[in-house]
Amino acid sequence: MLKVNEHLCPFPGPQPLAELAKQFKPDANLFIRNGFPALPGDTVEDGDTIALICKGQQPTKEELDFLLTARHTPGIQEKIKHASVAVLGLGGLGSAVAGAMAKIGIGKMLLSDYDVVEPSNLNRQHYFVDQIGVQKTEALGDNLRRMNPLVNLELVDKQLSESDLPQLFSDVDVLIECFDDPAMKAATLRAVMTTMKNVAYVGSSGMAGFGENNTITTKMIRPGIYLVGDDTSEAKPGQGLMAPRVGIAAHHQANQALRIILQEAAGRVNPA
Amino acid sequence: MKISLNGQVKTVNGPMSLSALLDNLSIQPDSVVVELNSEIIPPDAYNKQSVQEADSVEIIRFVGGG
Repeated sequence: MLKVNEHLCPFPGPQPLAELAKQFKPDANLFIRNGFPALPGDTVEDGDTIALICKGQQPTKEELDFLLTARHTPGIQEKIKHASVAVLGLGGLGSAVAGAMAKIGIGKMLLSDYDVVEPSNLNRQHYFVDQIGVQKTEALGDNLRRMNPLVNLELVDKQLSESDLPQLFSDVDVLIECFDDPAMKAATLRAVMTTMKNVAYVGSSGMAGFGENNTITTKMIRPGIYLVGDDTSEAKPGQGLMAPRVGIAAHHQANQALRIILQEAAGRVNPA
Repeated sequence: MKISLNGQVKTVNGPMSLSALLDNLSIQPDSVVVELNSEIIPPDAYNKQSVQEADSVEIIRFVGGG
């Protein structure tokens, strides 16, 4: 067997890569054989994994979907692409969480922030220097579409209050709270616990500075309700938010959301 | 009086309002979610909500940063 651009196919016999490319991707001008760049004249052998690439050409949506499914296995990808999340607050946590969810091919993502990209954000938030001054929802939306155009994005450019949350975010599977302001963090959890009873929640508290990695944990505080962080490391003068540790917390959040989606961790609603 | 605070027995002067309890614990009222006997109390009720002997109080606290 051969694996060509993630498709399994019968081994057609030893032949040059260029010959194989005629069948699978005639315009290929970059050949990767078993993870290493190869020449068009190199021989294909049984069991090889081949990537045939046309430089500068973007894969179609169908190809991207196939690649994700091949990477993640079909049953898993089916669940991910039918799931939805909301990311509230698009700072150090939210921009990293959203990147991870886009890359795994989440079906739908609601992104909410009211702010613009500021120079002081760039030490940890996933924006580019040329996006300074752009609304975060718009800038992150642009970046995520470049990572994975399959994701359906909904931008909520608004300063949220506790009473807005049920109306805007009650239909998602998982709400991922990435706010900076502790009052909005508390307000979000309150809304989820009192009125958004079908929405799983992954919140955050305590990830500033450069303290130990392993003090950042994910705790289930109620069924389907999780808090990530070390509970204590507040952002303050002398203990700023920095990309590495905020990234640890963000990826705890993203993985917990994925675990809920895949029913590996308890959600709010028991699966039928 | 004795109350249960996040699962631990705690002795406080009481009865007192929830606001007074938070103040007593040096907790910023707007950065917490408070459950009193398994019911979430809205922040605008902290002043008038009284905490009694044997009540169970759960406080989920947030610090800033994200």
